Amino acid sequence: MMTQATPPRVEPDAGPDLAFASQWRLMWLRFRRHRLAMVAGVVLLVLYFGAVFCEIIAPLGAGQRHRSYVLCPPQEVRLVDAAGDFHFRPFLYGVKQRGNPSDWLREYVVDTSVVYPIHFFTRGPEYEMWGLFATNWHLFGADEGAPLFLFGTDELGRDLFTRILYGSRISLTIGLVGVALTFFIGILLGGVAGYFGGWIDIIVQRGIEIIMAIPQLPLWMALSAALPAHWPPLHVYFGITIILSFMGWTGLARVVRGKFLTMRDEDFVVAARLAGTHELKIIFTHLLPSFLSHVITSATLAVPGMILGETALSFLGIGLQDPVVSWGVLLQKAQNFQAVVMAPWLLLPGLFVVFAVLAFNIVGDGMRDAADPYAN
Amino acid sequence: MLNYILRRVLLMIPTLAVISVLVFTIIQLPPGDIITSRLLLLQQQGVDVSQEAIEAMRARYNLDDPLYLQYLRWIGGFLQGDLGYSVQFGQSVNHLIWERLGYTLLLTTTATLFAWLVAFPVGVFSALRQYSLLDYVATVLAFLGLATPSFLLALVLMYLGYAWFGIPIGGLFSPEFAAAPWNGSKLIDLLKHLWIPAVVLGTAGMAGLMRVMRANLLDELGKPYVQTALAKGLHPTRLVIKYPMRIAINPFISTVGWLLPHLISGAAITSIVLSLPTTGPLLLESLRNQDMYLAGSFLLMLSTLTVVGTLLSDILLAVVDPRIRYE
Repeated sequence: MMTQATPPRVEPDAGPDLAFASQWRLMWLRFRRHRLAMVAGVVLLVLYFGAVFCEIIAPLGAGQRHRSYVLCPPQEVRLVDAAGDFHFRPFLYGVKQRGNPSDWLREYVVDTSVVYPIHFFTRGPEYEMWGLFATNWHLFGADEGAPLFLFGTDELGRDLFTRILYGSRISLTIGLVGVALTFFIGILLGGVAGYFGGWIDIIVQRGIEIIMAIPQLPLWMALSAALPAHWPPLHVYFGITIILSFMGWTGLARVVRGKFLTMRDEDFVVAARLAGTHELKIIFTHLLPSFLSHVITSATLAVPGMILGETALSFLGIGLQDPVVSWGVLLQKAQNFQAVVMAPWLLLPGLFVVFAVLAFNIVGDGMRDAADPYAN
Repeated sequence: MLNYILRRVLLMIPTLAVISVLVFTIIQLPPGDIITSRLLLLQQQGVDVSQEAIEAMRARYNLDDPLYLQYLRWIGGFLQGDLGYSVQFGQSVNHLIWERLGYTLLLTTTATLFAWLVAFPVGVFSALRQYSLLDYVATVLAFLGLATPSFLLALVLMYLGYAWFGIPIGGLFSPEFAAAPWNGSKLIDLLKHLWIPAVVLGTAGMAGLMRVMRANLLDELGKPYVQTALAKGLHPTRLVIKYPMRIAINPFISTVGWLLPHLISGAAITSIVLSLPTTGPLLLESLRNQDMYLAGSFLLMLSTLTVVGTLLSDILLAVVDPRIRYE
């Protein structure tokens, strides 16, 4: 947000090696001066770290049901007990149910007579790490039956904190995989259109215009409704990714096309061509590197759209489905009015979506500033 | 000018033709059709349907014709104002679609107006008083607005509406007005309900426009002619209104073309959350049931709305910027 507050300027007396620094090193130096983007970058790293190691960080299993804690509100981890004494080991109080357990309107009250200490590097529910080996080590946990629900539970008694962590694995990677695909299609089509021009350019341009003219979400909805219902989750995941990229490449292709158009008649390109360099070699060794930073920036700014797309589709129930956990799937639970009013913590996955998207946008902004050699 | 408009309108025709083929293809993508999904439903209910009845139904809806024939029949009817028949609702699509399209148009227009009316002054102020408190607040809110999916905003508003005021938010009418004929009080009731989805929908676009306006104006303010004018003693307010703002508003207008598809997209999902009688909920249902004429008509109509909207914004841009119309 303070994009302009800290102009990414490289001081002239930054040392003699600055004159020999590579383009990427200069960009990194400028990016580092953009404080907010650095913070957002760290947020992203933390989110992705959580996604990679979700099994270890999560105290419980993603599908594990706690039947006596259905729709339990978030529980507080405490250091100070009810008597006001401080404890070094964090702990949780137990919860008691009030009212009829079969009733949907059950109420939970903190029961200060039951104390569950929190253990670190402890054993918990068994899981398979990255599908490689089975283990039961967790970063933290409490004794069996403790209401260790940092973000509460859903209507089946599953821990929301655990599920958000597991969900980040899908929600955060779908953007990256989608952008990688987008990147490929965008550079290929945009590059071809911009470099060769003529009728190829016209066709690609018209194609982009037509795709952009169809409202994105209805088209996504139509396409993902077309995914066969019996597909295994992994297929649906890639199906959704392809659907998201199908629309997303247009923006990138435009950037690439514009760059090629302006650069193909630059002196150094003409010189290379006169020297008999092969067209492909010109594209890959002379043209691409000169604007790769811009393309990467555009790609970074395209990730949030993909994350939001997956979330929206899964939220509507035409993307990923329940045994699979993603932020959109989790938000499905908050779809109706009653659920939101009774259990507002079911909206928490949405907060993570906002965080991730916000962080990507700010990092992208910082990268754009850093990549522009003429900024200040 | 007329020449420009004519050329753009003519260019619209092939675009829409290609879109219609694309839409038809997408509608045909799922395995099976409305009859198979109907049969599945009937079988689940324990109803036996004879093979002859199935054949008769398929023949009635021409489902066994080659695809290009089906397409030509559909698009031919479309051009004559016959949008086909919705098997799911047992009604002609015409009956189902127009009112909902009207509400979608109303909602997106209101959202656009909201986005414009807020983004313009705030964007200008942010640029003129760069790094002031309001600039920071606006920037933070803009980033948040861009990052929040519209359906989440709708859910949060729903919750807050209940928690603070104890009223359920949703719909476009109060129950007593929903089926009532149009009159003054129904209109007022509509306006009372309309602002919430309009704000939900317009927020992301507003945030984007605000940033665009701010950046454009900042670009212009840094140019030498502004310095010159100031040095010559032109009053700052007069100067800003007379020159930089007029140039800065150009991209502002052209982004409306970009805003519209976003709004129509957002309207689809927001309407589902807030249960509005617009195209979104019915589109989702028709897609799920493979009610292809209904889904296809919605998709094509929404695309047409987008294309026409883009055209209008282009014309508006040509009106404002003479360089474009003589190109």
